[in-house]
Amino acid sequence: MIPISWYLLLSAFLFACGVTGFLTKRNIITLFMSIELMLNGVNLSFIAFATRLQTLDGHIFVFFVMVVAAAEAAVGLAIIISVYRTRETLNVDRVNLLKL
Amino acid sequence: MTITLPFWQPWLIPILPLIGALLNGLFGRKLPQKLVSGIALFFTGASFLVALAHAWVLVSSPYAMLETKYGTWITVGQFHADFALLVDHLSLIMMLVVTGVGFLIHVYAVAYMEHEGGYYRFFTYLNLFMFFMLVLVLANNYLLMFVGWEGVGLASYLLIGFYFRKDSAANAGKKAFITNRVGDFGFLIALFLLIQQFGTLRYTQVNDILTHFGTEQHAGILTAIGLLMLVGACGKSAQIPLYVWLPDAMEGPTPVSALIHAATMVTAGVYMVARSNAVFTRAPLALLAVAIIGTLTSFFAATIGITQTDIKRVLAYSTISQLGYMFMAAGVAAYSAAVFHLMTHAFFKALLFLGAGSVIHGISGEQDMRKMGGLRKYMPWTFGVMFVATLAIAGIPPLAGFWSKDEILWQAFSSPFGSKIFWAVGAVTAFMTSFYMFRLLFMTFFGEYRGAKDAGHDASHDAAHARDSHHGTPHESPWMMLSPLVLLAVLSIFGGLVGIGNRFEHFLDPVIQKVEEPHTSNLESVLAMAAEPKTEEHENKGLETALMGLSVAIAFAGLALAWFLYIARPELPAKIAASVHGLYELVLHKYWVDELYSAVLITPLLWFSRVVLWHTVDQKGIDGLVNESAVAARDVSAVVRQQQSGLVRSYAGWIAAGAAVVVAYMVWMGTR
Repeated sequence: MIPISWYLLLSAFLFACGVTGFLTKRNIITLFMSIELMLNGVNLSFIAFATRLQTLDGHIFVFFVMVVAAAEAAVGLAIIISVYRTRETLNVDRVNLLKL
Repeated sequence: MTITLPFWQPWLIPILPLIGALLNGLFGRKLPQKLVSGIALFFTGASFLVALAHAWVLVSSPYAMLETKYGTWITVGQFHADFALLVDHLSLIMMLVVTGVGFLIHVYAVAYMEHEGGYYRFFTYLNLFMFFMLVLVLANNYLLMFVGWEGVGLASYLLIGFYFRKDSAANAGKKAFITNRVGDFGFLIALFLLIQQFGTLRYTQVNDILTHFGTEQHAGILTAIGLLMLVGACGKSAQIPLYVWLPDAMEGPTPVSALIHAATMVTAGVYMVARSNAVFTRAPLALLAVAIIGTLTSFFAATIGITQTDIKRVLAYSTISQLGYMFMAAGVAAYSAAVFHLMTHAFFKALLFLGAGSVIHGISGEQDMRKMGGLRKYMPWTFGVMFVATLAIAGIPPLAGFWSKDEILWQAFSSPFGSKIFWAVGAVTAFMTSFYMFRLLFMTFFGEYRGAKDAGHDASHDAAHARDSHHGTPHESPWMMLSPLVLLAVLSIFGGLVGIGNRFEHFLDPVIQKVEEPHTSNLESVLAMAAEPKTEEHENKGLETALMGLSVAIAFAGLALAWFLYIARPELPAKIAASVHGLYELVLHKYWVDELYSAVLITPLLWFSRVVLWHTVDQKGIDGLVNESAVAARDVSAVVRQQQSGLVRSYAGWIAAGAAVVVAYMVWMGTR
């Protein structure tokens, strides 16, 4: 049996990677992927605890997170495409105006 | 109390003028002048008729007084104050005087104010005054009376400052208001003491409780209440030391001087003392203070009246002096005599003021009697009514003033609270009254006209009274102004007859509480003089007649002296004035009281307000606090606002850092 701390360390590592990517990268798609990475880091913690505590709560939460992430991906990618079409760049620092 | 009376709606009496004031105040600017005056006249006239009807109903009913409650105003613990009106014989007289004389003055004012700006404003204030005055006299408790008391003060302030573009008028208004505030303070403390002692402010309840009290031989709580009420009355009724506002109040239009500063409002103090007779009669020391203040005021105001040359100021000091008489009467526990004089005084003093207004109107706004003279030819009607009023105030029988003044002098002489000193000063004052009134009459109406005949074009004229037409020679006033004068003259002639055979006194008997305990003669006991042996009843009668004859002789002596000095030997007054130069200057400048107040009270107060309160407390303290907190907020913001960079990633970094801190804290808490 693998101790739960290993799962949690992996989860924290994934989350930290996501945060670091989100803070350092400028490309919107990279930012998007960093967010997914953070979400999945948290999901891993949920699953680990759910398995350890023998309850379904964590699983249910993970399903919710995945559904929301999927919806987010659909909407987010559409926005990114729209942004690229109108501004011809994916650099977030240059996308700082709501109005063109 | 079950009341089965044909018509009993006393609330109508004050409400009607209020409706008039509201109509004119809200819409008057847009209405034609005729409609404005129509509204004002209708509502005051209606109020008078309703008051008359109520007077008739009450007098013909078996009740001595009727209290009608319309609603609860304040309920705090055991203390109640209601919206309730009390109609008894005292408030009946007051409301008839207020509405009756008030209506006549309204009629007069319609013509007098015809060419003035702010016509609707004038009648709004005048009607508002009527409302508050009627609340004052009809209230069934001291608190509601205080509402009216303050309200008439407000109306008085507004009307004194009616010509608000004139600095002197605006200042006179402020002076009246602030001086009254000193008195109101005393009155208010008296009310608090009443609540504390008796738990009620209702007249009937206070009087009931007081029946269990005896006369206070030494200063006690009733004396304190009485003295504080006296302070209030001194402010409103212009007695020493708070009389200084009344002469300045003459800056207002003449109908206002007649209504507010002669006939009605200034008598509120007398009314209040008479209403509180149950308190005063049990507090001989307070009563003595009332009598002394009244006597002193009547004497000093009369001496000032002799030297003044402004026709309205003579009348103003005469008013103060006559109010002093009323206080003297109240101070010897002759409350009904005080109210009797209040009533007759309302008639002849309103008449005098309105007559003076007619004179001023007729000679284009001149108020200096030295520039009048010989007006008898030009305005015979005004002369006639002024002559009647002068006879009345001088106390020449059988006019109104004789009966009431004689009653006061007799009471001052014979009342158990009275003293010969009061009587003597009162008699001297009566002589002076007769003298300065006939001086006014002779200077104004006799001799030759001393004003410039084409003075109307003179730029130095009092712009407020200057008329567009009728410049030049003096002229008689229109009938609209004369008819109220004639009616008031009739009242001045016959108004005193109700006092014959003590009928007036018995009319007020239900209002005046009798205190059974014997009391020593007051001033004498204080001055440690021997008490007078009581004279027999028939001796009293003979003495009364003798004193009556003496007071008539005094009145005629005043007349004769005035005739001698101002008709027979007109050069004499200046010589006399020169021979007692110092005294004359002292009196001419009103004993320098205004200057004294200014130096002792006003200047230090202004200094304190400006230097300490304004420059230090307000500017440094309060403003400093506000400004410093603003500066502090700005300085902190200047640092913090650097964080709001607009860079999304910097925000995200802060969020991550914050989350990290929270997590670290929780881990630390968990592993401790």
